[in-house]
Amino acid sequence: MSESTVRIEEIKPPSSDVGMIGWVRHHLFNGVFNSIATIVIFGFLIKIIPDFIQWAFIDSVWFTSGKECHAAQGACWSVITQNIRFNIFGYYPFEEQWRPLVAMIILISMLVYSRDWNRWNKMLGYAWALSLFIMGVLMKGGLFGLVPVESTKWSGLPLTLLLSFFGILMSYPLGVVLALGRQSRMPVIKAFSVVYIEIIRGVPLITLLFMSSVMFPLFLPEGVTIDKVLRAQVAIILFTAAYIAEVVRGGLQAMDKGQYEAAESLGLNYFQMMRLIILPQALKIVIPPTVGILISAFKDTSLVVIIALYDILNTTKSILTDPEWTGFSTEAYIFIAMIYYICCFSMSQYSRRIEKQLEYKHTPTQGP
Amino acid sequence: MTTEQTSEQPSTGNSKPIIEIIGMHKWYDDFHVLKDINLEVQPQERIVVCGPSGSGKSTMIRCINRLEEHQRGQIIVNGTELTRDLKNIERVRTEVGMVFQHFNLFPHLTILENLTVGPIWVRKTPKKEAEELAMHYLEIVRIPEQAQKYPGQVSGGQQQRVAIARSLCMKPKIMLFDEPTSALDPEMIKEVLDVMVDLAREGMTMIVVTHEMGFAKTVADRVIFMDFGEIVEENEPNAFFDNPQHERTKLFLSQIL
Ligand SMILES: Nc1ncnc2c1ncn2[C@@H]1O[C@H](COP(=O)(O)OP(=O)(O)O)[C@@H](O)[C@H]1O
Ligand SMILES: [Mg+2]
Repeated sequence: MSESTVRIEEIKPPSSDVGMIGWVRHHLFNGVFNSIATIVIFGFLIKIIPDFIQWAFIDSVWFTSGKECHAAQGACWSVITQNIRFNIFGYYPFEEQWRPLVAMIILISMLVYSRDWNRWNKMLGYAWALSLFIMGVLMKGGLFGLVPVESTKWSGLPLTLLLSFFGILMSYPLGVVLALGRQSRMPVIKAFSVVYIEIIRGVPLITLLFMSSVMFPLFLPEGVTIDKVLRAQVAIILFTAAYIAEVVRGGLQAMDKGQYEAAESLGLNYFQMMRLIILPQALKIVIPPTVGILISAFKDTSLVVIIALYDILNTTKSILTDPEWTGFSTEAYIFIAMIYYICCFSMSQYSRRIEKQLEYKHTPTQGP
Repeated sequence: MTTEQTSEQPSTGNSKPIIEIIGMHKWYDDFHVLKDINLEVQPQERIVVCGPSGSGKSTMIRCINRLEEHQRGQIIVNGTELTRDLKNIERVRTEVGMVFQHFNLFPHLTILENLTVGPIWVRKTPKKEAEELAMHYLEIVRIPEQAQKYPGQVSGGQQQRVAIARSLCMKPKIMLFDEPTSALDPEMIKEVLDVMVDLAREGMTMIVVTHEMGFAKTVADRVIFMDFGEIVEENEPNAFFDNPQHERTKLFLSQIL
C-alpha cells in the first residue's frame, strides 16, 4: 500500500505483493514471530514427513498375517485389511452383514441427496420415512424372510452411525423445545427446563450411559427389559438435547424484540410466531455452534464402550487384544481416526452448505 | 365470555366508541408510567398523539393491542375488553394493526410473504387469495414491483410502506402508528405520510404518535398531548396549535415548531 506514492499511473501492484512471492511474504513471513513460526514448522515437517512415508508406504505390509507383520519394518496395514469385516460390522452375524452394509448405503445416499435445501419437500419426507423403515427391517430382520438379529449383536460402524444419526435427529427438536421452555412465561415449564438443562449439563455423558445401563433397569418391574441399544440411544439424545437447548437459547436472545412484537400484533399465536417468524431466524444464527455440538455428539458415541456396546472404536480395541494383532494399535487407530474424520468433516461441510443456501435466499435474483 | 357477542356486531358510525380507555394505569415495576388515562375513540376518528420523549406515548398505544399489559382500569377495543384471556387478546390483535418506528419486517421472508403470513395463518385465507390481497395493498402503498424482494433490499421508506401494507392485509378496523417516520431519512418521510393520508381519507380509524405537525393539521380530528404519563391536553388541531391551554403544551410546542 505504501508504494502508491511512487507513481500514480502505476496500475499493477508491485510484484512483491502479488503472485507466489507475494503470497509467501504475506502469509508465511509477515513479521518476526510469523517468520520464526514458519521456519520451525517447516523444519519439523521436513524431518517427519519422509520418515512417515517410509513407514506408512515403503516398508509397510498390506495383506499379510499377523506373524509376517511382526517381522516387517514398516506399518502393518494388514491389521485392518485382515479384520475389516469384524472391525466394521462387529458381532453382526457374518452371513447377514450385507444387511447393515445396505442400510448404511441407503442412509448415506439419503443424506447426500438431502444436502440441497430446495430438495426438502414432502416427497423427500416420505422417502426418508420409507428409508428408515427399510433400514430398520434390514437391521432387525424378522420380516420378509430376513433372519432376526438381536440388537445386542449390532455393532461396529452401523452402531456408531445409528446412535449418532438418531441422537442428532431426536436431540435437535428436543433441544429446541427445551430452549423455548426455558423462555416460557409458565413457571412450571420454565423450572422444568432450567433444572433439566442444568442437571444434564452438570453430568458427564459417561455417567448418564452408566445410569441408563445399570441403574435404570433396577427401577423396572421384574421381567421387563428395555433394549440396551435403545437405552444408550436415549441417554445420548437426552444429553445432546441439553447442549442444543443452550445454543438455541442464545439464538433466541439474539432476536430483535421487534420481531416478536410484529408477529404478535399480526395476531399470530405463540406457536405460529415461533414456527414462522422466530425459530427460522434464530436457528439459522446458531448453525455454526449447533454443528459443533452435533459433531461432538458424534464423537461421544464412542463412550458407549462403557456399557459394553461394540461401536467401531470398541471393535477395533477387541481386534487389538488378539495376540496375533497386538502391537499394531497405531495402524488400527489411524484407520479409525480417518473414518471419524471423514464423518465429522462431512458434517461440517453439510451444514455449511445448508447455511449458504439459506443465505442465497436473500439475493435479489432468486424468484419464488 | 360475554364479550363474544358484542364484538361480532359491526361497528357502524352510531357514535359508540371503538376504543374506550377508562381510568387506566400502568407501572414498570415501581415506575408509574401511565397515570389515569381516559380516552374514547370513535370509529373513523383520526387521533394524533404527541409529547416529549419518555412521556408514555408508545406505552399507551402498545396497551391498546396488549403488547404491554395495564394494571388498573379498563381498555375496551371494538367491544372486547382486554384481560388476561388469550382469546380476547388474539381477537383484538386481528382487529388492530400496528406500525412500528423500526418497521419490524420479517427479514427472512420476501415482501410478499411478509404480507401474506398474517392472512394465511390467522385469517386462514387460501394462499392464492392472500397473494392477490397482498398485491392489492402493495399497489395501494405504491410498491407492487418490489413484491419478490427481501426487506433488506429496499429503502427505509419502502420498508415502512411494506409494514403498513402488511397491517392492512389483516383488514384491521384500527391502525396504530408509533412514530412511523422518525427512523426515516428526510426525503423518505413524505412517501410514508402520503400513504397515511390516503388511509385517513379512506376512513380508517387511526391513532398516530408523531411529531409531524403538518400531518396532524391535515388529517387529525383531535390532537392529544402527553407528558409524564398523563394526558395533559386534547383538542382539535387548529385550537391545539394556535391556542394551547397548558403551560407544558406551550413549552413543548415552542420546542418543536
Ligand atoms: N420495558 C420497559 N421497562 C421499564 N421502563 C420502560 C419500559 N419501556 C419504557 N419504559 C419507560 O417508560 C417511559 C415511557 O416510555 P415510552 O412509552 O416509550 O415513551 P415515549 O414513547 O413517549 O417516548 C420512559 O421513561 C421509558 O424509559
Ligand atoms: Mg416512543
